[in-house]
Amino acid sequence: MPTSVNTIRLKSLKKKSTLKQILKIMRRFQKFCGVVYSDLTRNKRLLKDQFINKTFLALTLLSISIVVLIAIGLFYKSIPLLNSASLSDLLFSSEWKPFKEAFGFYSFIVGTLWVTAISIIIALPLSILTAIYLSEYAHANVRKLVLPLIELLSGIPPVLYGVWGVLVIVPLIQDRIASHFVEFSTGYSVLAGGIVLAIMIFPLIISIIIEVFDNVPQELRNASLSLGATQWQTTKKVVLRKSFDGIIAAVVLAISRAFGETIAVLMVCGNLAQIPQSIFDSGYPLPALIANNYGEMMSIPMYDSALMFAALLLFVIIFLFNTISRVILYRIEKRNT
Amino acid sequence: MEARKIEENIFRFLMILSTIIISSTLFMIVYTLFSKGVGSLSWDMVSKIPEGGFYIGKGGGILNAIVGSIYITLGSTFLGLIISLPIVIYINVYAKKNATLATLTRLSSDILFGIPSIVYGAFGFTIMVYMGLKTSLLAGIITVTLMIIPILVRAIDEVVRVVPDDMSNAVFALGGTRYESAKIILRQSIPGIVTAILLSFGRAIGDAACVLFTAGFTDSIPTSLDQPAATLPLSIFFQLSSPIQEVQNRAYAAAVILTIIVLIINIVAKVASKNLSKNKI
Repeated sequence: MPTSVNTIRLKSLKKKSTLKQILKIMRRFQKFCGVVYSDLTRNKRLLKDQFINKTFLALTLLSISIVVLIAIGLFYKSIPLLNSASLSDLLFSSEWKPFKEAFGFYSFIVGTLWVTAISIIIALPLSILTAIYLSEYAHANVRKLVLPLIELLSGIPPVLYGVWGVLVIVPLIQDRIASHFVEFSTGYSVLAGGIVLAIMIFPLIISIIIEVFDNVPQELRNASLSLGATQWQTTKKVVLRKSFDGIIAAVVLAISRAFGETIAVLMVCGNLAQIPQSIFDSGYPLPALIANNYGEMMSIPMYDSALMFAALLLFVIIFLFNTISRVILYRIEKRNT
Repeated sequence: MEARKIEENIFRFLMILSTIIISSTLFMIVYTLFSKGVGSLSWDMVSKIPEGGFYIGKGGGILNAIVGSIYITLGSTFLGLIISLPIVIYINVYAKKNATLATLTRLSSDILFGIPSIVYGAFGFTIMVYMGLKTSLLAGIITVTLMIIPILVRAIDEVVRVVPDDMSNAVFALGGTRYESAKIILRQSIPGIVTAILLSFGRAIGDAACVLFTAGFTDSIPTSLDQPAATLPLSIFFQLSSPIQEVQNRAYAAAVILTIIVLIINIVAKVASKNLSKNKI
């Protein structure tokens, strides 16, 4: 009876394999606990090492999961709003009447985009030129002198930029600039927000671009120069081209920084929930909306949910931008080591 | 002159111009703040808490905000250090062979570094509600801690990474454990750690958006963790939005105080990192 023999064999094989698996799992378990157990009797130092290994691993995993926790926390809070209106209504309607439970974020999104765009348009050319000068042209001493100044700029708190904007930029726009273009402007405008933001993101763009330039091999520059190219031609055709993706990454990072900046922009950009018609109009960026209304948010139904949704929106956009540009920068660093 | 030489000179001029513009903004900002604020600066400002009617121009100072800021900053830097040092040790000593985990940690702290403080504020608020806390010093410290952990991790990681491998190999050769080699590596990176602490200190003391939801605001100095606390940036912000000239002037004076604190911290950080590293191998 060949078939029955076969089945018996198969069964015993199966049994054996399951037995083996159980033994394997048991051995693993023993290994896991055993190390700790035997070290307890043998070596206190090893035990300490093992214990620290596990605790520190837990902390590291926790730190990685903060990103996920933020997303979950904000999403959880914005569920009520998402249930009451469709996503496209929330994003593309500009009707903002919290008392009637109408939450359209369109004008805030547009306000954020205006301010961010203006700041990048101002900051990018200036930063690239400065970065080129410091990394390709300037004497080492000049670089040593200027870079710390730029780093200090990044240490100044946003609120001080805001005060400075109110004192200098807003009157400047109101009295000198706006009168040439429009009939009237209070100065509290998306332009003011853009200028203040541009100064805030200088250090970020410059430090990243200089790092990217430093990663361009010196041999490439030498080869170009030995062919008779001028230094500017070398910079333009070799250095800039070679670091193109790095510059893009820097810009995307700067955009995400500009997107989320709160207090400084809030202080100078007027905070009117409207779609700006010109750069001299007031705007109301998303972060300013969140910061301005934290006081009332518990008293109006759904309001807290709406503000948390705004925070979630910021988080998602900035998370995507950040991840993309960081991955690009990591690749550049890896390529050159 | 050749066309390309002309082009070179034009761009060289533009480069120097933009470098001058950017490096002079710092002086412009500091000059404006000082020239506007020094006049209203008085000893009362830094030694008294607000008296009744402070926000309509009556007497008092902003000692509550200064002390509140220092409490929050010290607390969160301390907490942040306790959490981020193990993380850096883990990815540099224990998980050295497991490069994916280290890269993932670095990537995630880079990403977290870019998340705006208002989002941390909102997240801190959800934690606060979840844990049943009210606006308090403790809630503020937790939120700021979350914000500065990525700064600390990245800054300390940067210095721990460049400690030569030979150092820990020597420890292993003598029969030491990884934990013991970590202690040696940390001793080597003390200057960098001090700089990192000062940097995160400067960031924590200047951030307003982060504590807006969680720390509350009060005219008195908090005496326990569950009381609300005022912070310097918020105090500037609130005073500046007042329509009364006298109160606005005090906001400028408070801005001078904050500028001085932040500049001192930043400059000390620079000098410290330079001087402390003299004793390094």
